[in-house]
Amino acid sequence: MIEIDGLTKRYGGTTVVDAVDLRVPTGSITAIVGTSGSGKSTLLRMINRLVEPSAGTVRIDGRLTTEEPAHALRRRIGYVIQGNGLFPHRTVAENIATVPRMLGWSDVRIAARIEQLLLLFGLDPQIHAQRLPAELSGGQQQRVGVARALAAGPSVLLMDEPFGALDPIIRAKAQTDLRAIQQQLKTTIVIVTHDMDEAFLLADRIAVLDNGRLLQYDKPTRLLTAPASAQVSALTGTADRALRLLSLDTVMVAMAPGHADGLQLSASMSLRDALSALIWAGVRAATVCGADGEVVGQVTLEAILARGAAHQ
Amino acid sequence: MRPATLLRTAVWLSVIAFLWRPSAFAAVFAPFTHDGAPAIYDQGDLADLALAHLGLVLFATALSAVIAVLLAVVVTRGPGRAFLPMSRSLVSIGQTFPPVAVLAVAVPLVGFGSLPALIALVAYGLLPVFENALTGLAELPASVLEAADGVGMDAWQRLWSIELPLAGPLIVEGLRQTLVISVGTATLGSTVAAKGLGEVIIAGLLSDNTAFVLQGGLLTGLMAILLHDAIGRIGAYVLPRQG
Repeated sequence: MIEIDGLTKRYGGTTVVDAVDLRVPTGSITAIVGTSGSGKSTLLRMINRLVEPSAGTVRIDGRLTTEEPAHALRRRIGYVIQGNGLFPHRTVAENIATVPRMLGWSDVRIAARIEQLLLLFGLDPQIHAQRLPAELSGGQQQRVGVARALAAGPSVLLMDEPFGALDPIIRAKAQTDLRAIQQQLKTTIVIVTHDMDEAFLLADRIAVLDNGRLLQYDKPTRLLTAPASAQVSALTGTADRALRLLSLDTVMVAMAPGHADGLQLSASMSLRDALSALIWAGVRAATVCGADGEVVGQVTLEAILARGAAHQ
Repeated sequence: MRPATLLRTAVWLSVIAFLWRPSAFAAVFAPFTHDGAPAIYDQGDLADLALAHLGLVLFATALSAVIAVLLAVVVTRGPGRAFLPMSRSLVSIGQTFPPVAVLAVAVPLVGFGSLPALIALVAYGLLPVFENALTGLAELPASVLEAADGVGMDAWQRLWSIELPLAGPLIVEGLRQTLVISVGTATLGSTVAAKGLGEVIIAGLLSDNTAFVLQGGLLTGLMAILLHDAIGRIGAYVLPRQG
């Protein structure tokens, strides 16, 4: 649990972050969104004290972040930045070992951890461990960056536009991978992004920041159906909000008993993708299959459309 | 054997052979003497002088490198940043000052011998290392430095394990320039009685013996080339790969 109270940052006369209160539940993902200059990065960087707050407090698992030296605090918090920030003169293994080494782990424990993380991130320890960052692809570098941040098993992971430098295909893969790894490790994640799709895809809760003030902190669905202000709707976009809403639910919730001819869809697919598939195939219903390919029911165009309009 | 290795070995062997048995090379230098003057420098041991020359150069370069890197580290962080412009001009002045003038100023203060030569060489060698260390430290990628802070390195760990290794190639390049300049400049030290190869050149000039001038000049030049080459190779071995 991260508890942020009255957190404020002023530079001279300008207030960059203005009295923000935020509760990030343990094991959840919170996305901080906002236009550039909204103070979202500054807010994130005050959590691990890369920026020292002008006022207000941050507690992680009940403990004030000011209770220990900033560098000791940061060793307990994972931090991932855009462009990965890997140390170019250190191998992948050495990069990942950075924090465990500073914490005085034994060599055996560090080696085991490196191998475990590389496998978790789909990298081959035999091939990649001794490579330099420059010898990896952009997507691989990004994964090593996250692996390094998670090396010492932090309970909190902070990410500042972590996928910003990746091309769209690799970015989509990185996002789903992060979601899967987070569900496995139960790490509390705070991610700063200006990409609304990314926020809606990853986050359990979204904090909307504008001019340093927190406009709304809510579940993604609530942001669409009950925006706190016109600025929030402007930021999340109104033209495609019905589709965005559909993207937050899976086929499972709109499913009915029975089966349809022809098209088959997976139960874990988002309603938005299911709608697209139905339109593309020119049919009004599709059979829904479970994880093992067994038929579990059917979904109709009407049922999906009803979900998209359900919140009005 | 590759041509570069072959050439390098040949140069090293001829220098060592010449310093070990200078008299064996008398026939080579005889055409440059006249009136029966000696073809090989005979007022001291050439190997001794070359070693003294090398020692002075290495010591002076090590001193200027330590001072220059420390200075560059201090002026690239914290309150030291305020001194960046001042230290830049101070070190530039050190280099615009002719070494002979530094010697002339130093002798009344510290007397004759190796000390005034050392002072001149150290002052003269500061700039290349300082400039390069400054560029190397000031132009590190911001994302790498932010990552170093982000993973919880303290200022010392960040400097030692990230900044200096990454600035290393540039610092070594500056060290190389300083070494080459110092080998040449150190010959002037002989005018204030510092032991070195300058003695051979000066003796040749005074007695109108071109063979002496050639021996001093060649040894100095070859020493500069061999050091330049050696530093490059040591650097490649010591410095981290960066992909």
